[in-house]
Amino acid sequence: MSAPFIGIRGLSKSYMRGERALPVLKNINLDIAAGEFLALMGPSGSGKSTLLNLIAGIDRADDGSIAIEGVDITTLGEASLTAWRSDHVGFIFQFYNLIPVLTALENVELPLVLKEMSRKERKERASLLLGLVGLSERVDHYPGQLSGGEQQRVAIARAMVTDPSILVADEPTGDLDRASAEEVLNLMRRVNEEFGKVVIMVTHDPRAAEKAHVIRHLEKGVLNAAPH
Amino acid sequence: MPLLIKMLLKNAFRHGLRTGLTIAGMTIAILAFGILTTVVDAWYAGVEASRANRLITRNAISLTFELPLSYYDKIRQVEGATKVSYGNWFGAFYKEERNFFANFAMEAQSHLDIVTELVLRPEERDAYIKDRRGAIAGRKLAERFGWEIGDLVALTGTIFPGDWEFVLRGIYKGRDETVDESIFFFHWDYLNESLRETMPERAGQVGFYIIEIARPELAGAVSKRVDSLFKNSLAETLTETERAFAMSFVTMTEAIMTAIQLVSIVVIVIIMAVTANTMAMSVRERLSEFAALKTLGFNRAHLSFLIFGEAMVITSLGAALGIALTFPAAQLFRSELGQFFPVFNIKPATIYMDIAAAVIVASVSAVIPSYRVAAAPITAALRRIA
Repeated sequence: MSAPFIGIRGLSKSYMRGERALPVLKNINLDIAAGEFLALMGPSGSGKSTLLNLIAGIDRADDGSIAIEGVDITTLGEASLTAWRSDHVGFIFQFYNLIPVLTALENVELPLVLKEMSRKERKERASLLLGLVGLSERVDHYPGQLSGGEQQRVAIARAMVTDPSILVADEPTGDLDRASAEEVLNLMRRVNEEFGKVVIMVTHDPRAAEKAHVIRHLEKGVLNAAPH
Repeated sequence: MPLLIKMLLKNAFRHGLRTGLTIAGMTIAILAFGILTTVVDAWYAGVEASRANRLITRNAISLTFELPLSYYDKIRQVEGATKVSYGNWFGAFYKEERNFFANFAMEAQSHLDIVTELVLRPEERDAYIKDRRGAIAGRKLAERFGWEIGDLVALTGTIFPGDWEFVLRGIYKGRDETVDESIFFFHWDYLNESLRETMPERAGQVGFYIIEIARPELAGAVSKRVDSLFKNSLAETLTETERAFAMSFVTMTEAIMTAIQLVSIVVIVIIMAVTANTMAMSVRERLSEFAALKTLGFNRAHLSFLIFGEAMVITSLGAALGIALTFPAAQLFRSELGQFFPVFNIKPATIYMDIAAAVIVASVSAVIPSYRVAAAPITAALRRIA
């Protein structure tokens, strides 16, 4: 049996509340296969966003390992983890987190600044990605001139532009109306199916979770048993 | 334009009013710093203008006590002294007491031979030397009172009471910008002849001797030789370099100059605090954006570049405006207070200090926000808008 794309073993995380340690994740074991679309669900405070952040390498575990494509990211130093994240992870946030002073095209181009690419190549690639999310006509618009759904599509293009192997999305439809949410979810599904990206999405919304191949529930820091 | 540069430029002006006020504050601070520094420089202008190859001999008791003219020939014989001149502080004013300026009675020929930084046209120099009632004035002084060559200039004496009339025979210019162009010189002989008639007990006395020496390193030895000549006489001498002589006047007001220098530094410290506050507020408001950049792979160096660059844009604009305004402000200062500060020039060093101040203010104001951004956990920073 081959190793999973992402293998999480014995993962634990606590937050300090004053002098008291508050456990958020308790001994999490999880395998995610290549090309999987996973939805993490659970009530507020269940630890789903924390688990997503640990997988994405923007938070540190207290214990356990996260092996992604054979690399245990819990052992990486700060600089290596930053570089790894830049190469392997695309982020989609609930509130889009676009840079308001940059146009849609520049926002998508931004992660490529860190890559060895010419300006022309960067622009071409960013334009291509904006075309992919259906925003070719909005390249010169600033985030403030776009609707919520459009901003989230720009964020998806930005997440995709470096061709990462994993897309992590934290409540990507939490700030959108139903129609826009449906558009965004279909786009994520398309990214997963056509480009083979692993998508890990945290959501409260059962209808959003239905788009995923696998749904896992967290409760009080414990991952419920996998469905058979 | 590179994307990060565009980003920091746009970020600098996201809060227009706040940025505008900070730039205005920086402009005023740099203007104040430049003018105050120039005031201090102007105060020390006499010291700066002094030449290393000149000594001043005066009465050892005080400058208000005079020396006999008979010392002249003895000083000329001192080994190492190449030229000697002498003179008196005259202390007169023109028409009204508020029209005060520096005026000296000098032995004309030797004075102009030694003080070569006073540039006169040859015909003016000849005319001055030949005319016992002749006088020369600096360019700025002549401009101030509208004097022209050939004009009769009447001064009212204070140390040497009475009305004194001179014929303006020359208007000198400074060889460089450190030379005071607001001094009035006339013949010591003219003063002495008048004193012989009106106050014979004050005749034949000089206030100071100027000695030119062959090389600056001889200053100590020549000074000792001169002073030893008159040791235990009724009028012992004190010989010192021209710089030390000029410095002795300035040191009387050193506390005021130190206070002015401190104020100029305090002004910069205040704007540093204001800019630091602007940067702290600006960065705190955008912490989630910096967190998003971190998720994209931007490291501490990139984020520090953005924050420092933003601070640098603000302080540079303020400094550029401040420097630009320093020149007309200095011109105004010169025209209004020229009699107190005859040499009021903005030195290149002042501009360099302005630029250094802008860089220091930007750096200091960016340090804490940069550290906070680097230290803030991404997850916590992202939650700030969630």
